Amino acid sequence: MADKVVRLPVVDGLGNTLRKDNWWVGPLVTFSVLSGFVVYATLRAFEGAHYAWGPYLSPLASPYFETRDLGVPLLTPAILILPFPGLFRFTCYYYRKAYYRAFALTPPACAVGGRAQGHYNGERKLLVFQNLHRYALYFALLFLVFLWHDFAKSLSWEGELGLGVGSLVIFLNCAFLTLYTTSCHSFRHLVGGSVDSYSTAPLGALRFRLWSAVSRLNVDHMAFAWISLAGVVLCDVYIRSVATGAIQDVRLL
Amino acid sequence: MAHEREGAGSSATKATLKIWRADAEVAGSGELVAYEVETYPGMVVLDAIHAVQAKQAPDLAVRWNCKAGRCGSCSAEINGKPKLLCMTRMSTFAPAEPIVVTPMKTWPLIKDLVTDVSHNYRVAKKIPPFAPRPRDADGRWRMQQEDIDRIQEFRKCIECFLCQDVCHVLRDHHETEEFVGPRFLIHLATLDMHPLDTVDRRPMIKDEFGIGYCNITRCCTEVCPEHIVLTDNGIIPLKERVADDFYDPLRWIARKLFPPKHKKRLPVLPDAEPARPLGVPAPANRAETVDAEE
Ligand code: SF4
Ligand code: SF4
Ligand code: FES
Ligand code: FES
Repeated sequence: MADKVVRLPVVDGLGNTLRKDNWWVGPLVTFSVLSGFVVYATLRAFEGAHYAWGPYLSPLASPYFETRDLGVPLLTPAILILPFPGLFRFTCYYYRKAYYRAFALTPPACAVGGRAQGHYNGERKLLVFQNLHRYALYFALLFLVFLWHDFAKSLSWEGELGLGVGSLVIFLNCAFLTLYTTSCHSFRHLVGGSVDSYSTAPLGALRFRLWSAVSRLNVDHMAFAWISLAGVVLCDVYIRSVATGAIQDVRLL
Repeated sequence: MAHEREGAGSSATKATLKIWRADAEVAGSGELVAYEVETYPGMVVLDAIHAVQAKQAPDLAVRWNCKAGRCGSCSAEINGKPKLLCMTRMSTFAPAEPIVVTPMKTWPLIKDLVTDVSHNYRVAKKIPPFAPRPRDADGRWRMQQEDIDRIQEFRKCIECFLCQDVCHVLRDHHETEEFVGPRFLIHLATLDMHPLDTVDRRPMIKDEFGIGYCNITRCCTEVCPEHIVLTDNGIIPLKERVADDFYDPLRWIARKLFPPKHKKRLPVLPDAEPARPLGVPAPANRAETVDAEE
């Protein structure tokens, strides 16, 4: 074959590219931030304490189940909960892109040689479970109900309506998680993306409007993914800090 | 190499192009050759290549046609990034740095910047064509704008095959027979989402066309000169549709309990398909699988 004898400007191999820009910055940042989050969430899961203070409950342990009396070693309220949001993010179409690039290096960046030459299977074999992202979504929608309920509860100080900085933090966390969840690709498909002919399908007009609204949010799904991830960490750090006494919650009302 | 600027008063600036020169007929050929060209405002890389062709290397091969970003002929890689030569301005590069122009990596090289993209035309032929439902009683087909909105985006495609070039499944892993590639996935999305179409291509999308190879890393979207959001608007919705039919256990039960009334039919594959002569089991298996599921 002719293409066997001619030399080529770029050959196969991890990292091989003619790109001159700093293509490795993006994956490196993703790698660092996601690793940082995983380390933080793991430490907090095994810490097993400081998930709640006053009317506040950390999103890492909501809904709260006391695990002390179960007698299962190492089990904490956060370990019971974290797999659900964890799987939602793990199977998220955006995070998949992020970690396939930054961790799996398939490929690390566009037009840069990738890893796994000769044994790449994509999402066909080991990763075929990614097709069930929608089930993680169903749980995520349920968890939104719990989290907004936590926000409502955070306004109740021994039966009296009140407002602390903690409630504002929880509110922001709920708001960004709601944007993240409702901009999900599977949600877009669920509310109307699966319809071929809106003008003739049952409830077609409604589904078209829902699909259009989710499509608008979906454009910023990546931004919501990062902001809401930071939001969860900040919310947990805040509640842990008031629970340990490191800082004082400020009552506004 | 130091280069002497022209005297003050001359507005001419120069740029260096490093162009891949190779000939598939000449064993062992292939090297970057530097050429210097005068630049002018509004100049695009294709202009610079034409300048090289006119004055320095008349045998330099480059494919082009419209010079307006419409025909999709002039695809190549500039400083390692897949781009249209005619839509990339020289002013986007630092003047001191040489601009490296190479052919698309994914396709067999013919000469210099020209590659053999005919694989893509063979893939296109494998896709069962649009088959609309019968006309209404008055002889018309009816559909509404909202039914068709979403797929108009994909019709902007100029078939430059830059997305096919950058897709790592084709570029790094050479799964050209197992995976149709992003350009054809959005074509399949156009057909699957079409309000009038009657063919169920999803079994093929999953198996022959290999949608599972795509790991949605979005490079196709990054390079598309028509700014088609291939991944988010085409491939991911298609993955969700394939998941509906093949991976979702609740949907499977629902289909068993309430069989869908308007079922699309499986494609009738052409008899003379060279890649799959009659009697090869793939199509028969596919029909059986679907019958068993519905
Ligand atoms: S998103 Fe999928 S089709 Fe597009 S370049 Fe990446 S792997 Fe290829
Ligand atoms: S989808 Fe975009 S990049 Fe791919 S062939 Fe069409 S115009 Fe080119
Ligand atoms: S949460 Fe990101 S795609 Fe569903
Ligand atoms: S020459 Fe037609 S797209 Fe560049």
